[in-house]
Amino acid sequence: MRTISYSDALREALTEELRRDGNVFVMGEDIGPYGGAFGVTRGMLDTFGPQRVIDTPISEAGFVGIAVGASLMGSRPVVEIMFMDFIPLAMDPIVNQAAKLRYVYGPQAKCPIVIRAAAGGGRRYGPTHSQTFESWFMHTPGLTVVAPATPADAKGLLKSAIRDDNPVIFIEQKSLYSTRGPVPKTSRTTIPIGKARIAVEGEDITIIGWGRGAIEAEAAAAQLEEDGIRAEVLDLRTLKPLDMQTIAESVRKTGRVIITDESPRVCSVSSEIGCRIFEDVFDYLDAPIKRVTTPDVPIPASPILEDAALPGRADIVRAARELTG
Amino acid sequence: MLVIRRFEERVEELFSKGLIAGTAHPAIGQEATAVGVCDSLRKGDYVTSTHRGHGHFIACGGDPSRIMAELFGKETGYSRGRGGSQVMADFKLGFLGANGITGGSIALATGAALSLKQKGTQGLVVCFFGDGAANQGSFHESLNMAAIWKVPVLFVCENNRYAMSMNVEDSMAITDIARRADSYGIPGTAVDGNDLRAVLDVTRKACRRARDGEGPTLIECKTYRRSGHSRGDPRKYRSREEEQAWARRDPIAALAKTLRREGILSSEVDQEIKANVRRIVSAAVKFAKQSPDPDPATLLDGVTV
Ligand SMILES: Cc1ncc(C[n+]2csc(CCOP(=O)(O)OP(=O)(O)O)c2C)c(N)n1
Ligand SMILES: [Mg+2]
Repeated sequence: MRTISYSDALREALTEELRRDGNVFVMGEDIGPYGGAFGVTRGMLDTFGPQRVIDTPISEAGFVGIAVGASLMGSRPVVEIMFMDFIPLAMDPIVNQAAKLRYVYGPQAKCPIVIRAAAGGGRRYGPTHSQTFESWFMHTPGLTVVAPATPADAKGLLKSAIRDDNPVIFIEQKSLYSTRGPVPKTSRTTIPIGKARIAVEGEDITIIGWGRGAIEAEAAAAQLEEDGIRAEVLDLRTLKPLDMQTIAESVRKTGRVIITDESPRVCSVSSEIGCRIFEDVFDYLDAPIKRVTTPDVPIPASPILEDAALPGRADIVRAARELTG
Repeated sequence: MLVIRRFEERVEELFSKGLIAGTAHPAIGQEATAVGVCDSLRKGDYVTSTHRGHGHFIACGGDPSRIMAELFGKETGYSRGRGGSQVMADFKLGFLGANGITGGSIALATGAALSLKQKGTQGLVVCFFGDGAANQGSFHESLNMAAIWKVPVLFVCENNRYAMSMNVEDSMAITDIARRADSYGIPGTAVDGNDLRAVLDVTRKACRRARDGEGPTLIECKTYRRSGHSRGDPRKYRSREEEQAWARRDPIAALAKTLRREGILSSEVDQEIKANVRRIVSAAVKFAKQSPDPDPATLLDGVTV
């Protein structure tokens, strides 16, 4: 299979879906001639024109709300939020409007909107350009939350998200955009929302991650293998709905769990997963759950401090040795 | 103005050499706005800035060495390396901070000015923001509240014609952002932002009004961002001809020409200023390079809860 980058995979998904369905359009800041801050929509304005590739002014609350309104009429907007850090400006249309529509108005209300947000650290962009907020959205009933780690999943899940009739928060970690991987050429392949991927099989310990965390976990597993520790890596892919079945099966097998999460620790996705494991498969645990996360601190700009803040493969390996040692 | 220009040029150069990481937005071409506005201020006044904030900070008296050190992510930087280019402040100098969020400072500036008014001081707050930020809800909400409460704040819009790749003609259906003042019942003035004296003039008038308790003014400084938006911007969204036309209206060259014509700037003084500026900027780079990195053990310093 050919190998392409994560951003190329996203562009392919957008392009194919815009071709497939005339109701799909993309909007966001600098996505036209500039091609998006991370180049995801590069060239798409030329292909689809300004009616379907809409450059917006810097008005996040406004254009996200406008996209929600358009989705009520049967359009399928895919909105790009240049940095996930800017999403707080658009919380009302997401949390109070989009997330509620289906529940309060019943099946007459469809809200097929996808909000793509570039998240996470590693680029030395500092405290207001490095955050990831998936837990806020998981915490809001009515929102689907997706966070692919590989180019193939990025493409397949974005296509599923666009075809979904309910609002989807689609998290793209900035450090993944340039990573490469095999991606099917066909426009028919999609990845189902709500299914985790067993990235590495093993029986000694379960390492749970998503996005960059899944990639780091895979690298950690390779290192642990040298020590004779066989780790199973779960790449969650979708955070809500959470694939508890796959998580529970793995924990039953290994009895030991590490959850890695790039957001600050308190009330994070890792907190929720840890709690669900206690609720569902407590009896199978042979050791306390360990979390490898960013501490409760804003992400600093200085390279040395940012590296100290963000969890990585070395931290996962250390935690795994502690748990299995 | 020249310190800002040379500082920003060095920042661009250090970026391309990989000595500065992350991002930075140079204010090359917009120096007359920063200096014209900040020169009209006095002790007890405050300034809020933007992602393109080095110039504002320097114009407020910020130390180029500590700004450079922050860009290098060093312990001696204004935010001890925590903030980077878009997040630094010195409250003692009246500089309340750059801002990584477009439009993020507009309400904050209004609130700071409200507090000065409540305390009965003669102080005021200058709020710098771009043409792009003028399309944020916070701009409209803040102007309205500042107007109804007669808050001593100057809304200074640096209309440099672009918000990243978006031309003002595509982002709004009017040509003078200053006209937005009408909607809120406050004065709005458009001025040539590349003409230092013109900027000084309108700022002084707006300051007087604010200090007299009459409330806010919206000042639109028409200027041009001569470099790319940030590092590595190929500037495909505009023509080289347009850039050359604006280069001919460069604020520093224009001021130097006027001062020479008026006999104020001799070539000796000119040389002396340039040598001084060179020294300041070289010292800043040296300071930043030689400063220590932050200690990773201090990562959690300042986290209150
Ligand atoms: C809320 C928010 N949206 C988008 C951005 C990304 N961004 C940073 S600067 C910028 C352009 C700002 O334009 P303008 O206000 O005109 O200021 P200029 O860059 O021209 O100085 C954009 C879109 C941001 N930092 N914050
Ligand atoms: Mg601008």
